[in-house]
Amino acid sequence: MPSTAAPIVSLRGVGKLFGTGTRALDGLDLDVREGEFLSLLGPSGCGKSTALRIIAGLSEPSRGSVSWRDGADARRGIGFVFQEPTLMPWTTVFGNVFLPLKLAGTDKVAAAPRIMETLARVGLADFAHAYPRELSGGMRMRVSIARALVTAPRVLLMDEPFAALDEITRFKLNDDLVALWRELSMTVVFVTHSVFESVFLSSRIVVMTSRPGRVSSELAIDAPVRDAHFRTSAEYAGYCRVTSEALHQAIRTPAGVAA
Amino acid sequence: MNERTLGILAPAAVLALGVMLWDLIVRINGIPPYILPSPGLVLTTLVADWPILWSSLLATLETTIEGLALAVVGGIGLAVLFNQSRLIEHSLYPYAVILQVTPVVAIAPLLLIYLPQQAAVLACAWIVAFFPVLANTTLGLNSVDHNLADLFRLYGASRWQVLAELKLPAALPQMLAGIKIAGGLSLIGAVVAEIAAGSAGAGSGLAYRIAESGYRLNIPRMFAALLLLSLAGIVIFALLSWITHLALRRWHESAITREA
Repeated sequence: MPSTAAPIVSLRGVGKLFGTGTRALDGLDLDVREGEFLSLLGPSGCGKSTALRIIAGLSEPSRGSVSWRDGADARRGIGFVFQEPTLMPWTTVFGNVFLPLKLAGTDKVAAAPRIMETLARVGLADFAHAYPRELSGGMRMRVSIARALVTAPRVLLMDEPFAALDEITRFKLNDDLVALWRELSMTVVFVTHSVFESVFLSSRIVVMTSRPGRVSSELAIDAPVRDAHFRTSAEYAGYCRVTSEALHQAIRTPAGVAA
Repeated sequence: MNERTLGILAPAAVLALGVMLWDLIVRINGIPPYILPSPGLVLTTLVADWPILWSSLLATLETTIEGLALAVVGGIGLAVLFNQSRLIEHSLYPYAVILQVTPVVAIAPLLLIYLPQQAAVLACAWIVAFFPVLANTTLGLNSVDHNLADLFRLYGASRWQVLAELKLPAALPQMLAGIKIAGGLSLIGAVVAEIAAGSAGAGSGLAYRIAESGYRLNIPRMFAALLLLSLAGIVIFALLSWITHLALRRWHESAITREA
């Protein structure tokens, strides 16, 4: 992916002060470039989830600006995956994936092929008529991803989606996510506190400091192939070491001194 | 023995024992029927007085069902209205509470002055039944998953879509629990109002039959009418439980039986 592509969305001097007095973000500058897989990595409470919610428009910044390259309407073209699967328990897998299209006024018959195609993409074609409670945690997360993908979003925002899953499931979903990102050539912004996950997935990692949250450093991960082999390679271990050091640096740096 | 047969056999055995004990006490002590009739006499009276009791049962059931229907419509309607407007909620909620905490026995005589008898009885049934629907539905509408609400916002859902596609389905379990309580309460409201109304006539309900039989020392008929009232209550509860089960069995935790 070209790292020089024009940013699809830019945050400039973004600050977020909550009513409780918590300063979640202060002076955050961040560019999301077209087609990249960007991870926001940082300790708990560094405001990375808040930054994601601000990009999504679910939260308004107290200060600073968020600008979309193609105008504010571009915000319509995003998908969001929460830390929890956040499915509607009263409807089937099909019904859950149908939701974004239904809200946009598409009727069920017209939407069906697209829904089935998206379910097949995440490996759930046989589970269209299952209810969420009948599925495992990993499968529920796949449904959540399918729901985000069904509108063919240009930007996919993911808020620690795999944090609550076991390691085997997480590895599998990481593999599948990388494949989906390449196949669909979307832009992904991925929030995580896992060094290993961020290195495996990302084309670029932004490390954040906490209280207040702002950018501490950024790293490009240039490995072209992301597979089981990459996960055990010396190259991967090397990237993990560098990223880990950057994260420690971010944690050690007193708030307000970070460059 | 599995859980299901135990759930039927155990209470049935208690019932049989109770009835036998009752019969024995009446026989051994030679208690006259105007003090305590034997279970056999109650059943005979039930059969003999069936035409009167049946029409009374229908009258009471009609009031109960109408009261419940109005409670469901009113309770859900008001809950939705409260959910849409904080101003309306703050303005009206205290009065809904006052209506609920004031004993209906005390309101009934007043209503009977201002309303025709049938309307007053119906109003009493509604007053006691609507609050659990309102309170439970309000709770359900306010307990929507925040992330799901964010998701709807993200996809630009209209107010109506949020209500119809998110809030009402999410509130369904609580709503149904409220309706289940309201079914029994509606019967209680109808009975209380009938007793307060106390006037004779063709349209008189079971509660009136109980009061009337009491005055005439027709104790067997009193028992027979009471038996019908409890049966009516049980049927209403069972019916509402069944509807709840049908509506929630596919997805809600409460309707799922787990294997140990």
